[in-house]
Amino acid sequence: MNAPLRRLGIAVLVMFGLLFFSTSFVQVVGAEQIADDDRNVRKLYESFSAERGQILAGGIPVAESVPVDDQFKFLRTYPYAEMYAPVVGYYTLNQGNAGIESAMNPLLAGRANSQLLEQLRALVTGSTPQGATVMLSLDPNIQQIAWDALGDRRGSVVVLEPSTGRILAMVSKPSFDPNLLATHSSSAVFDAYMELSEDPLNPLANRAIAGDLYFPGSVFKILMMAAALESGGYTAESEFPNPSELALPLSTSVIKNSGGRLCGGDETVTLEDAFRLSCNIPFAELGVTLGEAAIGSMAEDFGFGATLEIPLTVTPSVFPRGMDEAQLMLSSFGQFDVRVTPLEIAMISAAVANGGAVMTPSLVDEVLAPNLRVVREFEPRMYSRPLSKNTASELTRMMVGNVERGVAGNAGIVGMQVAGKTGTAETGIGDGRTFWFSGFAPANDPQIALAIAVEGHRPEGTGNAIAAPIAKAIFEAVIK
Amino acid sequence: MSSHDLAVPPVSPVAGRVVLRVRMPQKLRNIELGLLIMALGLSALALALVQWGALGKLDWSLLTYGAGLAGLTLGVHLALRLVARDADPFIVPIATMLNGLGITMIHRLDLAAGATGWGAAGVRQMAWTAVALVIAIVVLLVVRNYRALLRYRYSAMVAGIVLLTMPFWPGIGRTVNGATLWVDFGGIAFQPGEIAKIALAIFFAGYLMTARESLRSAGNTFLGVRWPRVRDLGPLLVIWVVAMAVLVFQGDLGTSLLYFGLFLAMLYVATNRVLWLGLGGGLFLVGALLAATQIGYVQARIAGWLDSFNPEVYNAIGGSYQLVQGLFGFAEGGFVGQGLGQGQPSFVPLANSDYIVAALGEELGIIGIFALLVLYVLLVSRGLRVGFIGTDDFGRLLSAGLGFVLALQVFIVIGGVTRVIPVTGLTTPFLAAGGSSLVANWIIVALILRLSDDARASVRAEAGVRA
Repeated sequence: MNAPLRRLGIAVLVMFGLLFFSTSFVQVVGAEQIADDDRNVRKLYESFSAERGQILAGGIPVAESVPVDDQFKFLRTYPYAEMYAPVVGYYTLNQGNAGIESAMNPLLAGRANSQLLEQLRALVTGSTPQGATVMLSLDPNIQQIAWDALGDRRGSVVVLEPSTGRILAMVSKPSFDPNLLATHSSSAVFDAYMELSEDPLNPLANRAIAGDLYFPGSVFKILMMAAALESGGYTAESEFPNPSELALPLSTSVIKNSGGRLCGGDETVTLEDAFRLSCNIPFAELGVTLGEAAIGSMAEDFGFGATLEIPLTVTPSVFPRGMDEAQLMLSSFGQFDVRVTPLEIAMISAAVANGGAVMTPSLVDEVLAPNLRVVREFEPRMYSRPLSKNTASELTRMMVGNVERGVAGNAGIVGMQVAGKTGTAETGIGDGRTFWFSGFAPANDPQIALAIAVEGHRPEGTGNAIAAPIAKAIFEAVIK
Repeated sequence: MSSHDLAVPPVSPVAGRVVLRVRMPQKLRNIELGLLIMALGLSALALALVQWGALGKLDWSLLTYGAGLAGLTLGVHLALRLVARDADPFIVPIATMLNGLGITMIHRLDLAAGATGWGAAGVRQMAWTAVALVIAIVVLLVVRNYRALLRYRYSAMVAGIVLLTMPFWPGIGRTVNGATLWVDFGGIAFQPGEIAKIALAIFFAGYLMTARESLRSAGNTFLGVRWPRVRDLGPLLVIWVVAMAVLVFQGDLGTSLLYFGLFLAMLYVATNRVLWLGLGGGLFLVGALLAATQIGYVQARIAGWLDSFNPEVYNAIGGSYQLVQGLFGFAEGGFVGQGLGQGQPSFVPLANSDYIVAALGEELGIIGIFALLVLYVLLVSRGLRVGFIGTDDFGRLLSAGLGFVLALQVFIVIGGVTRVIPVTGLTTPFLAAGGSSLVANWIIVALILRLSDDARASVRAEAGVRA
């Protein structure tokens, strides 16, 4: 009887082994993921009655918990309301969380496993555990400048530090007041949330990373030019035929350059001139000879198709695959189904500014425990290196040409070399346009790279008329 | 012979090269007393902490009741000194620790709900603990020779079946939360199925002891496998039918699984034939498949298990709401827990019975849960150990069965609330609120103590002869 008994004993051990495993999972390994659920009322009670950590931008609180005299003890307040709302997000009683408030929730609430030491101390001393402080990479000065520069327009501005990928400003308009969602009255929160979520202008979306994606239009030509130079088959002087219109294969439609003009006066045009004057036809021709695979792999190197966590989740930008020749032509100047976030476009300019290396973008510099222990620290990480130094400097030279002698002239600043590219993308809805500018300055020693996307309509003009002046204002105010 | 440990030569009641260490009774009981005092001290400390945490002061009346219970556990210890001096010394302290922890957590939930007096489950649990301890003492005193139980194996079978059907008797039967498991004698509710578990274990042990030879060797060989005779298949089928009946008519997945699992394990131990496991496993699969496709509440349980976080399943009646809330509680506990009296375990419905482990996990953390599981492993292993060293087949089968039924019950309950298997309606042994469960588990403890005493005493006697 001993042999089967021994096996029964083993079966019992296996059963308990499973229990050791399952309890470890629900309590430790998967605990953060399980607990981070809107249906977990426990979390709410606790986090509302504990002192949630601050969110700081350049040492200035953009979200903090102030003591109040009700059952929750602390009220979450957002001193800058709309200006930081798309990044900071909100923390509500019954309508979930968003932004940094959601992405960094375990740390802000002081309940991440990396805060075990603090939890233990609080347990021993009997004090209420405090959440960690999250230090954003946003520069309050630049954020204010970018916010003001966009004015009353709908759209987005993203400013990056090219050498590190730190996000210095992230503006999305229209925005909302998160204080309305932070009140302790469930019905008031519900009403405010309903009103915001049903607003057709979609103020709850962070257009810089997660709105409906934009068509890039001509700013996509930076990536096209990069792919052309990196392929080794083209230089700035490569010549392309210069017709006034180009028939799309298997279609009665034709492609025209902006304004229906020729691109310069000759039979052929160089890539550099086509880039400077932002002509569509030469780029459509370039796209067909380069091929979908080469352009697509360059796009992927720049971050297309990847879900970034900065730590907010960034909607992947899209370069379509399996296109026919006509679709490839349209894609080559950023139409058809090419879709991007302003952050992605800013990353492309930043990579050019950074000698060809794409840095992984990030919104958080540091997370500090209440005792000032560093819980998490930002370190610059290279995402990829799609461009050689030569290609990067050649692109820089051409982007400077765009601003000094081309259609991006409104971004020009006396006494400073600005590199840039404009775009005016058709949205496909009525005469809707997205006005773009992306670039960096100073060109010889880039301090910031940016992307600006402004939503508007055809009669208002072009990227150069609408977006370039915003870039100019930011460059002037930020770089001294 | 000195009073030190002595090694029995390789030839012992247990076949093989097992070296047994036999301790002298006095020493065993002293170890037990020391551990018991530790368990009682820890329980008292936990109870005081809970009151401090939740009330900010101590409630002396409750601590006084606790002292009374401590006296009763010492009564069990004294009874062992008198009538079972060789009994395993770890069992009573472990059961006491678990029982004390359970009372603590139930009391803690009472405090959260503001329940007092007889309305408080913790007070009732203390009363039931007293009853259970007295019954355990009585079992120890009355059942001096467990072999007498063998004579009552068929009575045990009848008793088991009667107990199982009691919830259907008009007048006393009660259905709670869709499960027909209860009888009600003028306000005192009881789950007879818990006691039936012991009666069935006794019957299985007795039956298998007498039938094991024919179950093991009889039958015709076909396709290279020796198949059991049809008449030997009978009992397996009967148990299967009973288990299915429990499932269908009582609406209780856990009990059904428990009985069938118990029988199968004992059958395997008795015969050492994998074929029986295969046949039983096959029957179980058939039953499970039928249940999963035909019985509504089983379907709901399975959906709640596989897709717990789906809002539709979560919000459904009989859905995963409770399970998910329990998981939130576990997750809240993390490594070290919120501390006794510091968490929010009352957010989980039925936190003091089915989900008491989630409540403990929330306040004591994974550290506490691991300690708890280790206690169960030790308790079960003490039972299985008697199976190895016992002197006769009946005793060995019975102790293995009782040990295994504890293990299986722990697995079904904790596995259910941590999503290893679908949730079922069983109680966590010694921890969960409920008198029937406490009484049944303390009877199991008394029986294992009795069996272990016999096994060790005879080893010692034999060793003495050899020496």
